[in-house]
Amino acid sequence: MLKSDSVLGPGAEKSLLRTKIQQSVSDTNVKDRTIWLAVPINKISNSFAQAVADIPSGASIMIGGFGGAGGQPTRLMLALRDLGVGDLTIIGNVAGISKTTGYGWPDHLDPIDQGMFFESGQATKITCSFPVPGTTNPLSDIEKAWREGKAEVDIVPQGTLIERIRAAGAGIPAFYTPTGVGTPVAEGKEHRDFDGRTFLLEEALTADFALIRAQKADTRGNLQYIGTSRAFNPAMATAAAITIVEVDEIVEPGGIDPERIGTLSTYVDRIVLRETGDPLP
Amino acid sequence: MSNSANSLGNDPAPRLDRAAIAKRAARDLIDGSTVNLGIGIPALCADFLPDGVELLYHAENGILGFKELSAPGEGDPNLMDAGGKFPKLVPGMAFFDSVESFALIRGGHIDVTVLGALQVSRNGDLSNWMIPKRGIGSIGGAMDLAANAKKVIIAMEHNVKGNLAKIVNECTFPLTARTCVNEIITDIAAIEIDQENDRMILRETAPGWSFDDVQARTEARLTIDGDVGQMA
Repeated sequence: MLKSDSVLGPGAEKSLLRTKIQQSVSDTNVKDRTIWLAVPINKISNSFAQAVADIPSGASIMIGGFGGAGGQPTRLMLALRDLGVGDLTIIGNVAGISKTTGYGWPDHLDPIDQGMFFESGQATKITCSFPVPGTTNPLSDIEKAWREGKAEVDIVPQGTLIERIRAAGAGIPAFYTPTGVGTPVAEGKEHRDFDGRTFLLEEALTADFALIRAQKADTRGNLQYIGTSRAFNPAMATAAAITIVEVDEIVEPGGIDPERIGTLSTYVDRIVLRETGDPLP
Repeated sequence: MSNSANSLGNDPAPRLDRAAIAKRAARDLIDGSTVNLGIGIPALCADFLPDGVELLYHAENGILGFKELSAPGEGDPNLMDAGGKFPKLVPGMAFFDSVESFALIRGGHIDVTVLGALQVSRNGDLSNWMIPKRGIGSIGGAMDLAANAKKVIIAMEHNVKGNLAKIVNECTFPLTARTCVNEIITDIAAIEIDQENDRMILRETAPGWSFDDVQARTEARLTIDGDVGQMA
């Protein structure tokens, strides 16, 4: 079983589609085969608000990027904040430290980070590797919410976090890793020795939605990334029930060199185009 | 943490500054190595490589082969290092996602990592991600790097305020990884951890510092094996 706080269940949107398709082919004696995506789907949303409109309270949300401006789905995050739904579980990496430290943001801009969901009171939990900066002056939004007892913070080693997400998308329920053995993160976990070294068992991590960022999408949803903006985006795209991507450019199929496709269209459910000349990175 | 150092008098000589700690640590980075430098003093090592030494720098966010940083105000947010700074695009640089970045680390492909520490124990246990009093901390890539890099060098100040020891018999702070540290470079000493023989060897002291001066500021017992040099 994949580990999830899901309110929808993994693959919810795709299951609905599958049911529909199975009904439509029921008189042709197709029984054990699952037919996927036999009908064309328009993946392009008209606005950031529309793209996130059906995210319910209680949902778990992966937010791509590394931490910092590059690769962060900033417009989707702002739309989710404006949507106002609550009791959210956020899954991020370096989370909520840019606003107070400037981490990964150009000097001339006010940094925006995942702390916004804790400042607004929308999020009650975060799973991430780096929730607080070295300094407590001023206090980050996540640490403030945690100190006030308003948010649970689950701190995971970064390599374990990304591998748990990768595993979820790849159909692997759990894996052994040497990272964290003998430390607080190993408590309560199964240990096993291979070739004289001790490893611990970590479980796959999925989510209801993934908000990710890419440079370019084709209309089918194939994605191209730029520079160091990949980070957690490609793995998160594979691990969530519904993946929503924010891009700078949408092109026709063939507009991305097939050798440069960083995320396959199969994983992408919705695409939203940023405005030309958007001042946010 | 030991309070025994509280009663010490003044230091016998000045301590090295952060740049000098980094410079000494950089001397142990071997030409051609794939290296990951942590934030703080470790990141400064890049400014002090000995002549002729070229390293392949890795950062957790998915970049290999970066060199100098962009001028202030000129960085590209899509060309970042793990410290949140913006390196310049240089020939031979490679970008990749976090799955690959941590396969590189977990798979043992990083030759050396230089990290900071809150505590290091006699047998090389490392604590560097949370101060218990604060109750919350950040692990980031530290656990993966400490557990899996071929060599772990700690670059840090030898004591915390009040002369409390950071090099201790047993770490009392939450651990990052067990028996992972090979070498510690501080503002008063260079120490090798001989895990096979369960001992800490004092290799060098800062100018004007004796074995006894360093030992008095170190909770774990130090030993000598051969000459004790002077840090430079």
